[in-house]
Amino acid sequence: MKTKKIITRAFVYAFLIAAFVVSVFPFYWMLAGMTNNAIDVIKGKMTFGGQMINNLKVLITSHNLTGVLANSFKVSIATVIGTLLVSSMAAYGFEVYESKGRNRSYAIILLSMMVPFAALMIPLFRLIVRFGLLDNHLALIVTSLASVFLIFFFRQSFKSFPREIIQAARVDGAGEIRIFFSIVVPSMKSTYAAAAIYAFMTSWNAYLWPLIILQTDKQKTITLLISSMSSAYFPEYGVIMAAIVVATLPIIILFFALQSYFVQGMTGSVKQ
Amino acid sequence: MERASKKSFIKIQNRYGWFFVSFALVLLGIFLIYPILNSLYLSTTSTKGIVQKSVGLTNYVKLFKDQMFLTALKNTFIFFIIQVPIMLLLALALASILNDKSIKLRGVFRTAIFLPAVTSLVAYTVLFKMMFSLDGFINTILMNLHIIKDPIPWLMHPFWARVTVIIAMTWRWTGYNMVFYLSGLQNIPDEIYEAAEIDGASKLQQFFHITLPMLKPIIVFTSIMSTIGTLQLFDEPMNLSQGGVTGSTTGPGNSLLTMSVYIYNLCFKFMPNFGYAATVSYVVVFIVATLSIIQFRLAGERK
Repeated sequence: MKTKKIITRAFVYAFLIAAFVVSVFPFYWMLAGMTNNAIDVIKGKMTFGGQMINNLKVLITSHNLTGVLANSFKVSIATVIGTLLVSSMAAYGFEVYESKGRNRSYAIILLSMMVPFAALMIPLFRLIVRFGLLDNHLALIVTSLASVFLIFFFRQSFKSFPREIIQAARVDGAGEIRIFFSIVVPSMKSTYAAAAIYAFMTSWNAYLWPLIILQTDKQKTITLLISSMSSAYFPEYGVIMAAIVVATLPIIILFFALQSYFVQGMTGSVKQ
Repeated sequence: MERASKKSFIKIQNRYGWFFVSFALVLLGIFLIYPILNSLYLSTTSTKGIVQKSVGLTNYVKLFKDQMFLTALKNTFIFFIIQVPIMLLLALALASILNDKSIKLRGVFRTAIFLPAVTSLVAYTVLFKMMFSLDGFINTILMNLHIIKDPIPWLMHPFWARVTVIIAMTWRWTGYNMVFYLSGLQNIPDEIYEAAEIDGASKLQQFFHITLPMLKPIIVFTSIMSTIGTLQLFDEPMNLSQGGVTGSTTGPGNSLLTMSVYIYNLCFKFMPNFGYAATVSYVVVFIVATLSIIQFRLAGERK
């Protein structure tokens, strides 16, 4: 009986260690790859080389890394600020006020979350063309301001906000808008942090929509850069590795700095 | 007097309720609801360049004779049927192992296994494309371990190309799903397991008779999320295939052509036919809806 237990334990740990190695190894390989030249990368060299400075130099000089990063940060930060404001306000409106027809409109919105992006893509693209926003970062920002997922996420959190505080503030004569901005928002910091991470990641990693909208190199974001570099005729693998590291780094930093919010931001909706 | 104040209270509730939701509603109306409806309308038209004419349901009939569409449908289903169960089972196994408090370094394992979920789809796909190249890292390792004699043509053979996509997606999403299960498992009281232990139930029996039924709502949730994700598969096939967006096929012999890639091709690569592309996109909507309903029914959920 006891030996059987030890054997199962050993299997469990072997499984965990295998999962650990498989999960983490590509990150190591990405770091090693960024220090190697194209041939070494594609031949699967696992050790560090001396090409890092050179790869970064190529990335900056011939692929306009600083411009591309500036684009990505600009779009992502604007999206985060905008969507936190719009989505949390909507969630608050749905949760706190018993206005007529709110349940019906909320249900319609939630249902539309099931519709895949592919089904919106074409009319959305034509709309952007009509608005004259093709090749404009605004097209990426404005379409993601109202996020159904975030409205849902915020509403779940507002459910636990004590109504007595809102009532008390009303009695004290505070206006509805002031109550929201100076009482509710400041006391829900962790919810906002989690939502910010979700919004930032979604925007930073977006591919299909930017691919359709952004057509000139000047407007490119980091995901578009990686994609186009890798489909080049003679891909510079070491440089691509450097670009992958640069694209992954901000999210990794965010992840380790705010780990608990991070998981909450990605999964919060199912927790009660 | 009281009646009047109640009336004005309702008025205030109404006014502010709509004020707070108005920005989102306007934006969603323009950028979500309108496109969904417009797309449905477009699916009954045919557009060639700027000429648009109504064709009724002809587009939907055309689907069944369209070889490209059938290939995309087949590929998408292969990914769905094979990848989703493998990933969810792995995630479930890892979550139930890591929920056991006697396991050492749980936090480290959990963080490491979740880590792939922070990478962007394009970045990790390109990384995998390099790892799975013919004389690349994976083949070198497998040959050094004497598991294979000749290098596997991962990205050059239809079968292996699909295997690569499945491996890549499993790497990216297993930890993500595991976190959902872990948070679900934390809500199951320890006493239930202790009672089962006293009754002499084995770990495996506990898993099937306690863990699985208690986690059902979350399993349904993750499988529907994965269904929606798989049916929209775009970044991975596009970036794993030779030439990416501009390549002549998506994967060897179009083995990676998915519904979303086909919709993209219909709009932006071939002679644009938005009407027909909208038809294909509504097929995706229909499949997602059907599969979600089936999954709810299978789980016996009423909501």
